[in-house]
Amino acid sequence: MILDSKIPSGPLAQKWDKHRFEMKLVNPANKRKYDVIIVGSGLAGASAAATMAELGYNVKCFCFQDSPRRAHSIAAQGGINAAKNYKNDGDSIQRLFYDTIKGGDFRAREANVYRLAQVSVNIIDQCVAQGVPFAREYGGLLANRSFGGAQVSRTFYARGQTGQQLLLGAYQALSRQIGLGKVKMYPRSEMLDLVVVDGHAKGIIVRDLVTGNITSHAADAVVLGTGGYGNVFYLSTNAKLCNVTATWKAYKKGAAFANPCYTQIHPTCIPVSGDHQSKLTLMSESLRNDGRVWVPKKKGDARKPHEIPEGERDYFLERKYPSFGNLAPRDIASRAAKEACDNGLGVGPGGLGVYLDFADAIKRLGESTVRERYGNLFDMYEKITGENAYKAPMRIYPAVHYTMGGSWVDYNLMSSIPGCFVIGEANFSDHGANRLGASALMQGLADGYFILPYTIGNYFATNKQPKPKSDGPEFKKALEDSTARINKFLSIKGKRTVNSFHRELGKIMWEKCGMARTDESLKEALKLIPALRGEFWQNVTVSGSPGELNQNLEHAGRVADFLEFGELLCLDALTRRESCGGHFRTEFQTEEGEAKRDDENFAFVSAWEYQGPDKPPILNKEPLVYEEVHMSQRSYK
Amino acid sequence: MNLTLKVWRQKNATDAGAMVTYKADNIIPDMSFLEMLDVVNEDLLLRGEDPIAFDSDCREGICGTCSLVIDGIAHGGQRGTTACQLHMRHFNDGDVITIEPWRAKAFPVLKDLVTDRSSFDRIIQSGGFVSVNTGGTPDANALPISKLDSDESMDAAQCIGCGACVAACKNASAMLFVSAKVSHLALLPQGRAEAETRVLNMVRTMDKEGFGNCTVTGSCEAVCPKEISLDFIAKLNREYGKAVLVNRAERQNAGA
Ligand SMILES: Cc1cc2nc3c(=O)[nH]c(=O)nc-3n(C[C@H](O)[C@H](O)[C@H](O)COP(=O)(O)OP(=O)(O)OC[C@H]3O[C@@H](n4cnc5c(N)ncnc54)[C@H](O)[C@@H]3O)c2cc1C
Ligand code: FES
Repeated sequence: MILDSKIPSGPLAQKWDKHRFEMKLVNPANKRKYDVIIVGSGLAGASAAATMAELGYNVKCFCFQDSPRRAHSIAAQGGINAAKNYKNDGDSIQRLFYDTIKGGDFRAREANVYRLAQVSVNIIDQCVAQGVPFAREYGGLLANRSFGGAQVSRTFYARGQTGQQLLLGAYQALSRQIGLGKVKMYPRSEMLDLVVVDGHAKGIIVRDLVTGNITSHAADAVVLGTGGYGNVFYLSTNAKLCNVTATWKAYKKGAAFANPCYTQIHPTCIPVSGDHQSKLTLMSESLRNDGRVWVPKKKGDARKPHEIPEGERDYFLERKYPSFGNLAPRDIASRAAKEACDNGLGVGPGGLGVYLDFADAIKRLGESTVRERYGNLFDMYEKITGENAYKAPMRIYPAVHYTMGGSWVDYNLMSSIPGCFVIGEANFSDHGANRLGASALMQGLADGYFILPYTIGNYFATNKQPKPKSDGPEFKKALEDSTARINKFLSIKGKRTVNSFHRELGKIMWEKCGMARTDESLKEALKLIPALRGEFWQNVTVSGSPGELNQNLEHAGRVADFLEFGELLCLDALTRRESCGGHFRTEFQTEEGEAKRDDENFAFVSAWEYQGPDKPPILNKEPLVYEEVHMSQRSYK
Repeated sequence: MNLTLKVWRQKNATDAGAMVTYKADNIIPDMSFLEMLDVVNEDLLLRGEDPIAFDSDCREGICGTCSLVIDGIAHGGQRGTTACQLHMRHFNDGDVITIEPWRAKAFPVLKDLVTDRSSFDRIIQSGGFVSVNTGGTPDANALPISKLDSDESMDAAQCIGCGACVAACKNASAMLFVSAKVSHLALLPQGRAEAETRVLNMVRTMDKEGFGNCTVTGSCEAVCPKEISLDFIAKLNREYGKAVLVNRAERQNAGA
């Protein structure tokens, strides 16, 4: 496989402008001759679908929820970054670019990240014009807060519900186009496969989740905005139904999968309370603006938190990273919490927790200000734990949260299958080995509103392709394969539930390939996962029939894909013999216990190429060349 | 704790449906209501029975997917709480709990506890937006907006579109839902320009979809997980009244 990143030539700051000028355009009157399939209605999918339709393309948009408004993006809490420099605190496109590259531990593509920083400013303008009610100051101008990994205040927010408000903005833009008949929306519809004709993506196979009908849909291009794969760990902060199916199926049809081992563990989540747990809940990073993280200095200190005097507390982030303090980046803060717990200093049940304390903030700002800033998060904390965080510190622990890896895409966001584009969390493009807070919303909307709608036009204008037919042989074959797989699930009639397999896979992933990974643990995982997958196909039980609303069957398909994907994730982690960002290999650390990169040997993107069910995948490498920034060891001290 | 559940089971949209009794044993107080149902479903699966179909996704009270009437109350009666955020510590050992789907003509049952709420989407499609295309918008700070307006707008914009308001209403009215969107946008200068057509179109679609009239009893507000205020219905009525009186939108359409 030849990986051509198609990074435009010229100075970094001018690449995007130059590229936009050089790209071929589709004449406005011709746009309606092109059909585009967009899978996903999250920030990336909804913004792309709306914008493409506004431009005149015929769009079909699919999501598995009952409404596009319910995509997982809705759950984002904290905020969205943009280099507006409204606070006059020294922000700029260059600084946002640099923070993101550095935050990603120098494993992201420079040109993409620069473009992201450039268009970030347009996103805020767009959202305000749509009526997104961002937080404001008394003077009527927009408010900002700080997020991890940055020393400027560039995060725009709408209380603790930023993702909700941004998604509703995109959903409303999409709804307008649905109303105008320019987008045909297919909710409760799941993409089961990608169809490739003569090397180009030409459509998808879809199951109607209400009737069970499986149908073919043809188009001139297919866009996947299907989100991240965090649920391969079973427990994560992702919505229950998030899955890897779309990008995994694309992988099996030739779309290389990049950096699957780059997974983000978020430091501030509510700790696990028992085996029944179906998901973990994030307490937004924004809390670290005012909350202080600490553990007792003494092992096994059983006193209540307020009984422990100041001198006997270890505010370990402030101690270890004085210049960023509680706002150290996520990977670093998570590892520091794990280290404290590993050393026996953890608090709460099982010692798997650290305190996030607001006592100082409440003293300084008053309870009402803290309530105004974070009230909904405190409420959520109380609902889940039954504890009042205004009175006693929260207990938090790291949890799987975001996946930086995803389909490999070039500068145009096109995967290694021509005509198949991947946007939002589903691609690998901008966050390297660690994403900074408030940057996923930015990336999803950058891709959907401002990048894909241009680059896809260039694909149409430069690739004259025959119109695909949804009854062609490739469609028939893919439809038969999908049907056969569903029938297979239902015919096994074994003794274990789908969920029990998912849970066991998650446990393997978390223990062997979670916050700390070793050669040994990964090799173990690579034995355990195929064995579990083998058992799944022998011993799973799936209830009901194919032709009805069947949630158990849906779950079976997703878990079957996770059982294959988990193996690739571990393989990627094994071959990346360095630590970087969220990928921490215990063997490779500095004396202070920080991630130790190996730029000489590993400054590349791992893009895995499928070879067939019984052959190991091929590792293709896209070298990371930095023209502008100097690769340095990250320091947040 | 050990509980008895009486659950609405209905094979598909045309099936008559009936309540069926299940045991839920060894339930831990820290479980969420949906996790309790997960446990029951795992058990049913191992016994070769069809699990109870219910909708959920985020399980943190924000996506609006979960939609259960618990003991006769939409979302179960904890103030400001969705079913997915309701925890079992609010129940007692030995309780008998009934679980039903949203019941409204405009939300037909698809299976068990799963309903079709696409009528809400169609209401938004008919006007619940600001008609701006991507690009070419002014700087976000070009137009200051009073913090008070913006905060109030956010109070309305928080609606998660779950439909509890409809489920709780005797007349299955969607007024709280519609009022939240109308108010969210009408309170902002960006949304003002289209306020008249928006409210007329959304109300028309609401009626067409088969939602009933407001009962003015506030049962919607009482169950709303985002505690959207009835005041917004008053605002909707004002916006609607104004639009009908002025009747500009209609006159322009007629003229065009
Ligand atoms: C709790 C939480 C809080 C967060 N907070 C922040 C924050 O404050 N700031 C920030 O920047 N980021 C945050 N993030 C990250 C951010 O929310 C996500 O990365 C981002 O929203 C992903 O958007 P997306 O459009 O790529 O995908 P999603 O929103 O996940 O959408 C995926 C879409 O694809 C559809 N889909 C998937 N597979 C299929 C299929 N096979 N067939 C049909 N449809 C399919 C789904 O139905 C859905 O519509 C947070 C994440 C979590 C979990
Ligand atoms: S599952 Fe999302 S609100 Fe309940």
